[in-house]
Amino acid sequence: MAEGIRDKVVILGMGCSRFGERWDCSAEDLIAESFQEAVADAGIDRDLIEAAWFGLSMDEQNLGKSALSLSQALRLPNIAATRVENLCATGSEALRGAVYAVAAGAVDIAMALGVEKLKDTGYGGLPERSRGTFNDLWQPGVTAPGSFAQFASAYAARHDLKMDTLKEAMAHISWKSHENGSRNPKAHLRKRISKDAILNAPMIAYPLGLFDCCGVSDGSACAIVTTPDMAKRLGKTGELVSIKSMQLSLSNGSEMSHNDWDGSYAHTTRIAARKAYREAGITDPVRELDLVEVHDCFSITELVTMEDLGLSQPGAGYRDVLNGKFDADGEVASNIDGGLKCFGHPIGASGLRMAYEAYSQLLGRAGDRQLIRPRRALTHNLGGFPNNNVCSISIFGRLDS
Amino acid sequence: MGNTGIASIAAYLPRLRLARKAIADANRWANPALAAQGKGHRTICAHDEDSLTMAVEAGRRCLGDAPEPALEIIQFASTTPPFADRANSVILTEALALPFDLRCADVTGFLGCGVTALIGALENGRPALTVASERRMARIASAQELALGHAAAAVVTGAENPIARFVATHSTAVDFVGHYRSAKAPTDYLLEERWVRDEGDMKIAPPAIETLLRKAGRDAAAIDHVVIAGVGRAAARQIAGKCGFAENRLIDPLDAACGDTGSAHALIMLCHALEQAAPGETILLANVAQGCQTLLFETTDAIADRPDIDTVRDQLDGGVEDLNYLRFLSFNEQIDVDWGIRAERDNRTALSAFNRHRKTATSFIGGRCEACGTRQFPKGRCCVNPDCRRFDTQIDEPFSHKIGRVKSYTEDWLAVSANPPFIYGNVAFDDGGVIMMEFTDCEPGELSVGTPVRFVFRIKEKDPKRNFHRYFWKAAPVGMAKVR
Repeated sequence: MAEGIRDKVVILGMGCSRFGERWDCSAEDLIAESFQEAVADAGIDRDLIEAAWFGLSMDEQNLGKSALSLSQALRLPNIAATRVENLCATGSEALRGAVYAVAAGAVDIAMALGVEKLKDTGYGGLPERSRGTFNDLWQPGVTAPGSFAQFASAYAARHDLKMDTLKEAMAHISWKSHENGSRNPKAHLRKRISKDAILNAPMIAYPLGLFDCCGVSDGSACAIVTTPDMAKRLGKTGELVSIKSMQLSLSNGSEMSHNDWDGSYAHTTRIAARKAYREAGITDPVRELDLVEVHDCFSITELVTMEDLGLSQPGAGYRDVLNGKFDADGEVASNIDGGLKCFGHPIGASGLRMAYEAYSQLLGRAGDRQLIRPRRALTHNLGGFPNNNVCSISIFGRLDS
Repeated sequence: MGNTGIASIAAYLPRLRLARKAIADANRWANPALAAQGKGHRTICAHDEDSLTMAVEAGRRCLGDAPEPALEIIQFASTTPPFADRANSVILTEALALPFDLRCADVTGFLGCGVTALIGALENGRPALTVASERRMARIASAQELALGHAAAAVVTGAENPIARFVATHSTAVDFVGHYRSAKAPTDYLLEERWVRDEGDMKIAPPAIETLLRKAGRDAAAIDHVVIAGVGRAAARQIAGKCGFAENRLIDPLDAACGDTGSAHALIMLCHALEQAAPGETILLANVAQGCQTLLFETTDAIADRPDIDTVRDQLDGGVEDLNYLRFLSFNEQIDVDWGIRAERDNRTALSAFNRHRKTATSFIGGRCEACGTRQFPKGRCCVNPDCRRFDTQIDEPFSHKIGRVKSYTEDWLAVSANPPFIYGNVAFDDGGVIMMEFTDCEPGELSVGTPVRFVFRIKEKDPKRNFHRYFWKAAPVGMAKVR
């Protein structure tokens, strides 16, 4: 009987580039930026890395379908490298590959690196893409904000809420992200902003205004992982951050085509959370998690995610948000680094960026935004659309916790 | 002529009604004389409608809930068919989910094509569906821009239980060029109106009508309803006078609230006439188009049982007033709006995939699992019900006539649309199944969760690079908003 990966793998080192409109950088430069930080943090000879997983989501940046661009950018010593792509969970998928390889005993040291360089498309938001030869025949040409905006109409209907009330809770989420982002030197957006400005912003996809949406950024993040024993043998002393759980749940078309789902929550997040808590041995997430890094591609996504993760009761999320439960000084800080909203969202790197924040917070290295001695952190990605998506949930903690 | 006649007839007027004042006002700087005609409204197609989508809607109304099982001929008549070589009548047939073993024909070339096709069907006598549909474009700031309308009419003919018996027909052919449109021209070239009326209409129509009456052995005074199409209101009155029809027998030319809908117009007026007619009445139709095509009908007792829904009157009174002339020009692609860099995406249709999925895309047919009963769209190999998931248990399930409800929705200003915002969302069908789909025939702010919707066949997306566009079904709120 498989026992999961709890505490079998620790993080040896991590790196994260500055996120933003990196007009000065190509993808290769961003890859080098996060890699160099990670190797320095790990304090090892880079050639000890035996295998690499490369997270890269969008083909539109022309980095190719393989991991060759990673291997070339870093002049890796002809080691195994694999490109992974699973929508917004891509960065977490890269980490899962590296963690599983170490947990399986296939290699001692593995690396995960995610990158996205989207600002060369020439416009904001995600690239326009074909939805596939069959889907193009019948599915509407939706955008990400338009599909996630439907969480709001369905949530308001399900819980009999006025849209104005829900909009206030959504504005609180974006306000909080800007507050948090202003204290993060690597964040894409570092400006504080008033709730009035958020509520009065131009409409992107009803009811999501401009500030309800995260931007698209350029950036890269990297993790080097190994076993606890190997970490000690390499001379790592002091606290180690271990992986408590990594779970993934994918839609199977039932939300999209079957009447079971009412549209007000993410079905896959609930499943992945249940499995992740079991693997990590968590029974009371509100008490046992000190911070969560969730997929706030849109403010409403963060709100429903609080419920899907069991941090709020269904229908109570908007009140908890307004009461500050997830603020920097709240019960469970959510997106303390600014989240996708302000840290930024280079798709292939985002899952690893969240892990980077969890790692930094757990080691007490988060600077101005450091929380008081956090023990456990959760990261969450929701890729695709509310009715058809990939959800990944990972839990990190101090090895001894 | 035996028992052949009209079994059913229906018209479709698109929902948008452009105020003529909006056209006249916008063009006052160039042509102040237009102000004199700046009264009333004309029907216009939305960005996702064309002569084919209107034909499908008229066809559905005409066939009703139980389509004629025995249709043998499907005809599509229009001078504005979306495809020049790809039978629009065949697309129409598949959109109506009719069987494939029948004969299809596109009829085009002049504004008499609608009536000519109907005459052919009546003379043939076999069960036939004839749809005439027109989406003509006029030059900017022309009088024609105010005069035209967009609409369709559909007629089922055959020998079974007609509401109107086919009595006689007579046609003449005269190359009188009152207007013309060259093969590659987007709009007509028009000749002087007074000359057209005096030398054309007045000399062409009366002899044809008189021959028809003589053939049928009827007296003009015995005709209860007179449809004169293809000419202006004044010319129709003069023709009626010359032929001996009392003015009150004339069917309204629908110029005030609809506009001239070309090859469809005579059939729409005929539909309007039949909706007013009692059993045992005579209806004469004359369409002036490079000659004159005439028909004579006599209504039967069956006309009393005709369902009184979606009548021409209802549709004239319904609709939504539109004051946005610039948007109308953009719908017609007469102006080139900058839709941004996102609109540059290549939108090629994989026609091999389309061919595999024609039932899904054109006929809107999904699946129903025979094991668990779950209805689903699209039909797939494996049942979507989480408690079933059996393979190869699905049979065809038509979705086009169902009613659904809005489950979630958005108005998206980022997505590329020729009529922003792009409104779409999840629709749950009352008897099972969910589809995320586009909404149409609604304005921002009109939808809410739970709004009931019906489904209409519309242009889904265009591929300007290859002059192709594809169709699919969209959800429209039930009951056209009556704003005026």
